[in-house]
Amino acid sequence: MNRSSLIAFSAAIFILAAWELLCLSLDIPDFILPTPVSILKVAIFRTPLILPHAGVTALEILTGILISLAVAVPLSMVMFAYPSIEKAVAPFLVASQAIPVFAIAPLLVVWLGYGIASKVLMAAVIIFFPITVNLLDGFKSCDQEYRILFQLMGARYFKTMRLLYWPWALPHFFAGLRVGVSVATIGAVIGEWVGAQKGLGYLMIQANARLKVDMVFAAILWLSVMGMTLWVFVGFLEKRVVKWK
Amino acid sequence: MWLFKMLSVKNLSKSFNDLYILEDFNLTLPKNGFTVLIGPSGCGKSTLFDLLTGVVEIDDGDIFLFGERVPHLRGNAAYMQQKDLLLPWFSLMDNALLPARITGADIDQSRKKALSLFERLGIGGFENYMPGEISGGMRQRCALVRTLMFERDLVLLDEPLSALDAITRRSLQSLLLMLQKDFNKSILMITHDIEEALLLADELLVLTSPPMRICEQFTFDDEKPRKVSDSRLIEIKEYVLNKLQKEAFEK
Repeated sequence: MNRSSLIAFSAAIFILAAWELLCLSLDIPDFILPTPVSILKVAIFRTPLILPHAGVTALEILTGILISLAVAVPLSMVMFAYPSIEKAVAPFLVASQAIPVFAIAPLLVVWLGYGIASKVLMAAVIIFFPITVNLLDGFKSCDQEYRILFQLMGARYFKTMRLLYWPWALPHFFAGLRVGVSVATIGAVIGEWVGAQKGLGYLMIQANARLKVDMVFAAILWLSVMGMTLWVFVGFLEKRVVKWK
Repeated sequence: MWLFKMLSVKNLSKSFNDLYILEDFNLTLPKNGFTVLIGPSGCGKSTLFDLLTGVVEIDDGDIFLFGERVPHLRGNAAYMQQKDLLLPWFSLMDNALLPARITGADIDQSRKKALSLFERLGIGGFENYMPGEISGGMRQRCALVRTLMFERDLVLLDEPLSALDAITRRSLQSLLLMLQKDFNKSILMITHDIEEALLLADELLVLTSPPMRICEQFTFDDEKPRKVSDSRLIEIKEYVLNKLQKEAFEK
């Protein structure tokens, strides 16, 4: 374990221990603030109940990621190739992020129903922005000297894109993807809060209404683990793909 | 000495914000010739290359390649710069194969050719190394292989050796001579190193501050490789250095 991991691990242990001791010493009831140990117990022993909900949320997030990739990648390439399109699209991109997801969630549920489609779209709306912006920045950051080299060799747009711009922009792409996957849970869960029949967001709302705060925390823990798993997976993928960095 | 003109530049002009960097600039590069341009910093040498390569638009004047008027040399000239510009995500072999991939040449054939060039330029056995794993001199040799793989008769060299140490530079100078002699390339090179220019050039053009023009021209008919201790070369070196110093002072 390196120094930074050790600091993070120690800090987490310290916070959890302080939380546990505080709850026990002040005799705080579980429906107000459960102890970390009781949350962990619920998260582990109620897995049969939580897992199907987690599966639905995971499906929403993963589908959202795929859809956002399908939109962000070609959109970035088009905006890079045609700056006039970038200028035209940029205000809409910014607007899509300026509007709080809470504001559009009820509309999407009305339009797309209580199934996973509205949550997938919510997740996709949140994820596609950092991917698009980072990828476009990555393309633009390519050194002029390399561009000239390719031009002199008579390279056309698609060959330059494949052999130069894409590899050049890959670290930026992964940076965007890392941000995207870490906020993906927000879109899916907000969608589930507004109207759903399954998912961790739905489970949290149901548990909260019954004052089962330990279950709410357990759902949050599962969400955190899902987010971190995605983060670690993207990091692993980046290391495999961007070997030269 | 030379029968054909490879490259002709006629009355080339370029200004930025009303300041003429080049005004009616003329240049002729003979086929299989090695012409070296030397001049004070900021005199417009790199602008000339930018105009030749089409990076910057010409205000006025013409470029002729083999007597035919062309807008620029894009696709018609190999280009090597001070930076090796190897792609870090490709192995040395894949970097060398880049021109073949871009032009759509047969990759197997090109690989064979690249392998023999790697051997010839002294980096045989390093084909599968990544650029980050080798020295600056080896990287520059690989860049030279890539330049040769882009099978063009005309090669533009923009201070290709200036970032290297003296020993590596000396060995790469002999490779540049090989480029001309064994591969029949016509070379137009920019350098700041007067000794390097005297060792390599068939024709040395000394340039003035903007608007850039040729103020001195030296032609060398003697055999290469030359020796820096040659009395004529020492004389020319002193003369050119004084000239450049005076240019810089007047500027």
